[in-house]
Amino acid sequence: MNTQNKLLLYVRTLAAWGVALLLFFPLGWLVLTAFKTELQAIAVPPLLLFTPTLENFTIVEERSDYLLYAQNSLITSVASTLLGLALAFPAAYSMAFFKGKYTKDILMWMLSTKMMPAVGALVPIYVLAQNSGLLDTRTGLTIIFTLSNLPIMVWMLYSQFKEIPGEILEAARMDGATLWQEFRMVLLPLTLGGLASTGLLCLVLSWNEAFWSLNLSAAKAGTLATLIASYSSPEGLFWAKLSAASFMAIAPIVVFGWFSQKQLVQGLTFGAVK
Amino acid sequence: MNRFIPRILLAPAVLTLFLWMIVPLVMSIYFSVIRYNLMQPDQSGFIGLENFEYFITDPSFGTAVSNTLLLLGSVIVLTVVVGILLALLVDAPFPGRNIVRILLISPFFVMPTVNALLWKHMMMNPIYGVLAQVWIFFGATPVDWLTDWPLWSVILIVTWQWLPFATLIFITALQSMDREQLEASRMDGATYLQQLRYLYIPHLGRSMAVVVMIEMIFLLSVFAEIYTTTGGGPGDASTNVAFLIFKQALLNFDAGVASAGALFAVVLANIAGIFLIRMVGKNLDK
Repeated sequence: MNTQNKLLLYVRTLAAWGVALLLFFPLGWLVLTAFKTELQAIAVPPLLLFTPTLENFTIVEERSDYLLYAQNSLITSVASTLLGLALAFPAAYSMAFFKGKYTKDILMWMLSTKMMPAVGALVPIYVLAQNSGLLDTRTGLTIIFTLSNLPIMVWMLYSQFKEIPGEILEAARMDGATLWQEFRMVLLPLTLGGLASTGLLCLVLSWNEAFWSLNLSAAKAGTLATLIASYSSPEGLFWAKLSAASFMAIAPIVVFGWFSQKQLVQGLTFGAVK
Repeated sequence: MNRFIPRILLAPAVLTLFLWMIVPLVMSIYFSVIRYNLMQPDQSGFIGLENFEYFITDPSFGTAVSNTLLLLGSVIVLTVVVGILLALLVDAPFPGRNIVRILLISPFFVMPTVNALLWKHMMMNPIYGVLAQVWIFFGATPVDWLTDWPLWSVILIVTWQWLPFATLIFITALQSMDREQLEASRMDGATYLQQLRYLYIPHLGRSMAVVVMIEMIFLLSVFAEIYTTTGGGPGDASTNVAFLIFKQALLNFDAGVASAGALFAVVLANIAGIFLIRMVGKNLDK
């Protein structure tokens, strides 16, 4: 390596680390604040060195039953992911391997349902949820999460299935495989990656969903997004506790995101980017 | 195989999505032509297009539409341009590249409510916020972000949140660049800018289409960020269409006007959708 290349590498390393730390800073600051006392949290100038305390976490748990909210988040996002996969998998299979005249239109129509702002459907959905007793229940939230993620899930799976040569499935059929066997023995092993990435994204989206959780759930089915919103009211404005609550709400999904980033990209780009 | 089976497999997803679309839509159409204020339940009845008139002549309406488009446009432009620059920066190997990658993409996994609160209180607070401290350090007067620059503050927050997504996709796309072609162009004496113009940017075309498409879907209805930071204010400086409908429905308790607004949002989404379908059709067709 010559001197010029060495210099270039040096500059690149410095620049990349600098930008990355700058962009990560707000999150890092949130994590630091979570371990400060309230006084340290609003100190001017801001404190970088301090003795960390776990007090905020204890208070958050005592005051607001963090575990219940976390449980609601976990249950609604896992359930809506599974339900979504169960609906999207057969649909995507059908469209990818039995392309009809309207397949493309159906795909586009599905995506268009996702473009209508959720708030547009708020009044009707609220009325329906109230009348059917689904308001502030995990079932209600699960159904809503599933439906709002379904178009993206169908798209992701569809583009994954498109990559599989149809001949493989035909061969299995020739050998007398039933539809179920074809699913289980041929399709499933080939699309495990696609299924995983679709599920992962759905999980992240449901976990972070705020609009429906804020408007359709309260004390009983409230998710972590609801919990955080309750910390934003003027009376409850304590930065250190807000940070601790936020930290507990985002840590699971962020770490989860780190591990699944490769999978996620593949699915997210509908297989268009490799 | 029986030709009905594919239809049966497709049916559950199509039917549920159809219900998810049509039921609220029909209800909205119905609500939009009646007087339906939750505070005045005794006054009801058919009023024709009055709700639409009220929604569209609302002084906040024009602002909300232009805010929606401005937010959509600026976030997309910012994330695509900065995203490409970042992806190019971390494309070649350097020490700690994996950690840098993780740091860069993290904000994408954080829920929008947390992002918004984090920026509102810990970054943008005019007295204790980190940004205020930085301003003071350089001897400048701290900016009261959410009051003086409400819409741009929201744009900054949303951009910070979506930048990782764009970067992540561009990083992945760059990995499949033809290294030999790059090497050859370098041998032929192409400058970095020429390589950017004729090799990198065309190669990223598809992923740009994907980024624009996904961001468009999610950014048209940005809500949590506005709700938690500015509440649409001051005045309606940071109100977008989604937030305006929310205001009508839940703060004014006027379900009729809110439904009229929702129908307008459907039209807006469909106009955006036509552009989107053209673009996606061109770029994703194999």
